[in-house]
Formats: sequence, C-alpha cells, structure tokens
Amino acid sequence: MVKLTVDGLEVDVPAGSNVLQACEAAGREIPRFCYHERLSVAGNCRMCLVEVKPGPPKPMASCALPVAENMQVFTDSEMVRAGRRGVMEFLLINHPLDCPICDQGGECDLQDQSMGYGADHTRYREPKRAVRDKYLGPLVKTVMTRCIQCTRCVRFATEIAGTPELGATARGEAMEITNYVERALTSELSGNLIDICPVGALTSRPYAFAARPWELRKTDSIDVFDALGSAIRVDVRGTEVLRVLPRVHEAVNEEWLADKARFAIDGLKHRRLDRPWLRVGGKLRPAGWTEAFSAISARVRAVPGNRVAAIVGDQCDAEAMLALRDLMRSLGGSIDCRQDGAFLSPARRDHYLFNSGIAGIEQADAILLVGANPRHAAPVLNARLRKAWLAGGLTIAGIGQPVDLTYAVNWLGTGLDTLAALHAGEHPFRETLAGAKRPAIIIGPAALRDPAAAALAWQLLLAVDGVRPDWHGYNVLHGAASRVGALDLGLVPTGAPLARALHGAADLLYLLAADEFDTKAISPDTFVVYQGHHGDKGAAVADVVLPGAAYTEKSGTYVNLEGRVQRGQAAVEPPGEARPDWAILRALSDALGHGLPYGSLDAVRQALEAANPVFGLLDAGPALGAMGPEGPAMPDDSVGRAPLAELYANYYQTDPISRASPTMAECARVAAPYPVAAE
Amino acid sequence: MTDQTPLNGQAVPVPQPAHFAFDEESRAEIDRTLAKYPPGKQASAVLPVLYIAQRQMGRVTGSPWLPLVAMDAVADVLSMPKIRVYEVATFYTMFNLRPIGRYHLQICTTTPCWLRGSDAVVAACRRATGIKGWHETSADGLFTMSEVECLGACVNAPIVQVNDDFYEDLDHDSTLALIEALRRGEAPPPGSRAGRQNSAPTGGPATLTTLENLGPDVPADHPPAFGTARYPNPATLDVK
Repeated sequence: MVKLTVDGLEVDVPAGSNVLQACEAAGREIPRFCYHERLSVAGNCRMCLVEVKPGPPKPMASCALPVAENMQVFTDSEMVRAGRRGVMEFLLINHPLDCPICDQGGECDLQDQSMGYGADHTRYREPKRAVRDKYLGPLVKTVMTRCIQCTRCVRFATEIAGTPELGATARGEAMEITNYVERALTSELSGNLIDICPVGALTSRPYAFAARPWELRKTDSIDVFDALGSAIRVDVRGTEVLRVLPRVHEAVNEEWLADKARFAIDGLKHRRLDRPWLRVGGKLRPAGWTEAFSAISARVRAVPGNRVAAIVGDQCDAEAMLALRDLMRSLGGSIDCRQDGAFLSPARRDHYLFNSGIAGIEQADAILLVGANPRHAAPVLNARLRKAWLAGGLTIAGIGQPVDLTYAVNWLGTGLDTLAALHAGEHPFRETLAGAKRPAIIIGPAALRDPAAAALAWQLLLAVDGVRPDWHGYNVLHGAASRVGALDLGLVPTGAPLARALHGAADLLYLLAADEFDTKAISPDTFVVYQGHHGDKGAAVADVVLPGAAYTEKSGTYVNLEGRVQRGQAAVEPPGEARPDWAILRALSDALGHGLPYGSLDAVRQALEAANPVFGLLDAGPALGAMGPEGPAMPDDSVGRAPLAELYANYYQTDPISRASPTMAECARVAAPYPVAAE
Repeated sequence: MTDQTPLNGQAVPVPQPAHFAFDEESRAEIDRTLAKYPPGKQASAVLPVLYIAQRQMGRVTGSPWLPLVAMDAVADVLSMPKIRVYEVATFYTMFNLRPIGRYHLQICTTTPCWLRGSDAVVAACRRATGIKGWHETSADGLFTMSEVECLGACVNAPIVQVNDDFYEDLDHDSTLALIEALRRGEAPPPGSRAGRQNSAPTGGPATLTTLENLGPDVPADHPPAFGTARYPNPATLDVK
C-alpha cells in the first residue's frame, strides 16, 4: 500500500495504482474522457489533470501517473482548474456543439464536464474540422465530427472484444477513428462501444432520434437472450421498450452487454400474440380466453394424463415454469425443458451448473471447451475468458468446430472421440490438464446431445483433480436463460429428452414459449397448445394459442448458468389481452378443475422457494468447490465420432424475439460468414 | 475493383485492385527483413514490409502505391490485425494510398529551398508535366507532383526527390531538362545540377586546398600531430 494525500486527505492505495484512482479513493471526482477503468491507459485526453507535489510545476495527467509514497495531490487548485479549462477549450474547438440534435445529449460526458470547465463563449473563429461518418454496421451509428479521439472504442475493440477492427488513421488534423474498410464490426459486443464513447460520436443506430434520456422510465431487469443473466436496465417511454442498457454487476457481466440483449428488443414490437387464437378447420382464428380454455379443457378430458406432455422454452421465467410443472403434475403428464435434446439430469445441482462461476473461471489455468462456443452462447462470458487469457497463464483447448473465439484455442479434434482419448490418457493435452492447478472443462450444448459426454468430461476432470472441495472445474455452458431454473425445478422426464420423442409420444402437447425444436416432429393428430409471446414456429403448429408476456412485460425469476437466482421487474404491460404466463396457467388450471394453490405473484414465489430452496437465495453466487466426486451417470453407449455441430451458426437470430427483430435480421444479413480459426 | 473502398477522408473512393500477392523478389526481401527482428516481434517490420509492397507495386504496375489488398497482404505476412497496418500506412506520407505516376516529383518548398528558388522549380515542374495542383498525376501517367517538407539537403537547395533519388541545386531550366530526360525513359544521375561534388562548395573547395593529393605521397606530417604548427593546440594559441 502507498500512502499519499489528496487535497489534504490521507489515503492508502495499492502500489501500482494511478493518481486518478487514489483521488477516487479519497472521494474526489476527476473529470476524464479517455481513461476507463477496464481499458488500458491512453492518457491522450488530458482532462484528468491534477497538481502533484513533489513534481514539476505543471499539471499532470492523473490517469497516467503512478502513485508514490508521500505524494501530495491537489485536485482543485487554480493551476488544475486553469489546465482543465484549457483542455476543454481545445476539445471544443473541433466539436460541433450540436447537442440539441445529438442522441448523447443528456448523458454525455463532454456535455457534463463542459458545465464545470467549459467557457461560456468560444475564442475560436477559424473553420472547424469536419470528419466523414463511418459505416460500422447496423448497430453503431457514427457522427465522427463529434469524436474527441479518446480512443476508448479502439481499446475496447482490441482489448475487451478481441476484434481489432477500429483504429486511428492518419495523423494530426487528419487523424480519424475508423475501421478504414466500410464493413460492419464483427464483434458480438459492439453495442458496448456506444456506452463507452464519452461523446455522441458512437450512438445506437436503432435508437437514433427515438427519445431523450430524461423522458425514459428505467426498470431494472435481467437479460434472457443468453444464460448469463446479465443485469440490464430497460428504458421505456409510454408502452414502448426503447432501449436496453447494461447495469454493473461485477460477478456477472461487469458492465458489458451482448448485442442481442441490447438490440433484439425491436422484436418485441413485431409478430406479437396479443389475443388467444383457436384453430378451426385448419386455420387459426381469433378467440376469447373462455373459448380457448374450454377447447383445451375438452381435449384434456379426452386424453389420459400420461399422454399429456409439456415443453418449456428458453426464455421462460421460473414462476411460469413452476405453474406449468404443478399443472402437469396434477394432470399426470410429463414436462421437459431440454428443447435442444441435451442430456442433462437435475439430480445434482453441480451436474448442470457453471460451477467455477462466471467470475471464478478467471482463476482457471487450463480450460477445455467441449462442444462449446462461448463467443455465441454468452459473448460477455467469452470476454471474461479473453481477459483471463490476456492476463497470461491460461491454456485453452477445444473440441468441436474450430472458430475464432478471440483468444488462442488449441483445437484438439472435432468429435467426442477426442474427449474419450483424453479420458483414456491417449492425448498429450491430458498432461496440460493434469499439470494445471485449477483445470476446467466447459461443456456446451453441442456435446450434451451425446448421452455420454457429460459423464466422460466429469470423469476426465476428476482424474486431473479438477473436482475438489476448493475448486470445481466442471462447467456446463447453457444457451438458454430458463434452463438452470427449469432444472432446479426438476423439469426433466424419465427417459430420453421429450423433444426427441415427440412423434406419437403425446396426444396433448403444451408448449410454454417453446420454439427451438423441430416442430415437424410433432405428429399431426397431437393437440398442441402454445403459450407464448411471439407468433413463431410453435404458434404455427398450435391448435390453441394463448398470448403470454415477454421478459420485459412480467416480473420474473431467472437462474443464470452459475446458479445465481435473479429477479427482473416488469417494465411495460403485455400487449392486448396477453398476460403474465403464471397467471394464464393459474386461470387455465381453474378451467381444467385442477386449481393451482397460489393466487398472487408472492404466493408463486413462496411456492418456488418451497419447491427448491435456492429460489429464496436472491443473487447468491456459486458455491466454492464440489459437493462430491460423483459425476453424471455414464450410459452404456460409447460416444460418437461425428464432428460436433456448430449450434449457434447465426448468433443474431436464436429465439422468437430476435427472429422478429428487423435489427437482428439486418445484422444476420451483413454478418460475414463466421470466421474460421487460423491454423 | 473490390467492394472495399477505403474512405480515410477521401472524397473520391480509390479504385482498388482485387488481388495482391508478394512476388519472388519481394518475398526474398521480406525474409531478409524479418530476420532482423526477434521471433514473435515481426509486427515491428511493418514499415519496411509496407515499403517492399509499395516498391513491388511500382515494379509491376509502374505506380508505386499501396492498395488495400497490399496492406492486407502485409498484415497476413506479419500476423497482425489489418487495421494496425492501415494505421501505420496512413500515418506516413511516404506511403501512397492512391495510384501515382511512375516518377513521384517530391518538391521541397520549405524555407531554405524556397529562398533558393523552389518557386521556379515548382513552376518548371508544372510547365513540363501539365500538372496544376498538388498530389495530381500528369495526363500521361508518368509524373505526380507532391509538395514535401524539408528533405534534409538544404545545402544543395532547391531539391526535388524523384522516387528514391535526390536532384539538387535545381533551377527552372535544369528542372525542365530533368523532367524531359525522365520522360525519355533515361535515368539521369542523381545529385547536384550545379556540378559540385556532394555538398562541397560550388566552384571547388575553398578550404584544405593544399591537400591536393592524399595518395601515397601525403605530407610526412599528415595527419598533423596535435600541437604542431598545422594543428595547434587551441589552449596554447595566443588569441588577442
């Protein structure tokens, strides 16, 4: 620790801190544009000037100055104020001052700081510099004349996103931030450029000219587009969700958010189910709730309970899943959450969790990816892996289709026979895993389609001492936000995954927003009820459609892949006659004569907690270490040699909301074919 | 023409060739260059390799410039992100990002050259090539005129750098003659047009005139010993 004084206040900061951090520790706010605590230090905006003694008699950039013992820092002396005023004057020389037509207006660092350090008039009479706007794809809009060249975006793209596509070309007066080629950014994290840009140079293209920040109602929620459960803020004006921004949650998403979570929201306005529909004579026609319920009720009476089945979708809240589970239990039917046909057992929690934890995975020193593409399944988690890899000491290998994950991956093979070889000790990478202090395996949906993959991976990890009381290296990378919550509720039937055994397995099939399976496999005489928010694949085959609520329209509980229970709040009302899903199921249960024993959201949540105590532990991180060495059951069949499929070939359109989103459609159109890893 | 048009503030997109590959000669030169850098630090060779690419363009097409595909090829050779190569190539004015003529007339107009008559040189270049503005190429595609800052040969001002060679002590007429010679495909010897050796005084040496011959019969006291009459010790000089 280093002891220094900031404006006379004594502070202790870790050695290697910079003066800016020391000033923050002392509670002094330092204006800055280029400095960002998660990026490397550039020191080029010069706004964070402070006076330092002992030192040269001139203001110093505090972000680029390491602290020293007994340093005296002055953050508000006359020299500092004059220095910052001078910097601000220079920054504003070429800034267009078009705040009234700028989308950053109201949440702009430059606007805010010019209140403190800007002059009330300009002394600059010469022509201002103008910069041609750049095309960075359908998500990020550029107004480059506003750019103050802090290079935060360049550093974000290079360091965090791992897609070095932005740079500063030319020099001096002609210097420009650009990708030079007029091509869309390839990062799945490009929306974060908008957040880190301190001015209005990079703004959201879909949100352009839509609203002013002070007009928006802000609601805290949880993202459902991947299983990470990123903390988000839903910004609403009237009944319209206008944008989604990340909230800071250090253990989950830090301050980043994936592009799909941020930009798929315009899908909430398209293809919505806003009233019940009933299939009559092969065609869906609008119906009332009572009519729809009696159609279901008539069918339920006609089929035996064991011929009733339910599939829950990828974005369901735990409340709805509990209601559907309880309804299925009362009818005697079966229920499954594994639309993708993954072999997952709810028997023990650490058999389906990301046990190392999202933050904890940074501690790993050897990672084996098995059929997992974190860049697509959870881009923010991928940024963590990259961060750990950049920090050094982490070796990453992969089994599956080689892809560019923004860090070096040693691709060992494409099929699970490689995992079997590793398990049998016939592969050299086993030495690396065995030599690692904290080895980890990240197993993804592509591998979990094989019944033996999970058991093999676990046993391999056990053999290299990766499952122990102080470290749990077995990590399941789920693609679906609802999956862990569903497994916590035990939504798995005995036997094979239901989605595989659809044909003739059920006479009545209840789809709770389930669209991600082969609906053609449903036999034509099965009566299908679809409850969801979008007219997607599931609704297309349904006999009765019940309009549910999307994630922004209901208060819901979600469990992320590391088992963290989080709660999102409703930001808007569901459209038309649509209702929160648990309430629909509650009403339906009455119509079926199997009334569910809860009548309010609080009561459902109490029932959730009764069903599994983990639902009572809000925002609790993963447990450290393993409960025991017993792994998932090993089936008799040997593993397949076929190459593992690439599950998320199209990152942008993976669920009903993003498929309905024009923005995501445009992203998928301009996206270059997914880059193959270099040899 | 590819669909990639680098903007970089250029109002008019530059037609880009679709393909670039290093030829045998360039590859050999790249190998020699990369050998100078430690393994894993080959990105440090970006400047020389960019220059190799530009020279190959000059050799093959007669126009030494760097199209986008050539910069991409440099990025591939050095295993570095393409944007990092674009940044370097756009930073240095010696890299030409649009096609230029076979002879790049880089005319120094900084103060010493200007005092010594660079205006006449510029006028002669314009007259001989028909080029009106800066960074333009003559109709026959042979010449491009650029205004450059000090080339570091002020003693021999005014100067025009043609591709890699300096032509010095120019005036209106000698510039015209130089350009006509280039147009005829000749390779005029670089250096002073005033007939002096390197940067030696015009009209012959004004000092050291007695040392006419430094051959086998050098004076016995050459080099003069410190403290002798020909090379007195300044400390002992009686300076009044």
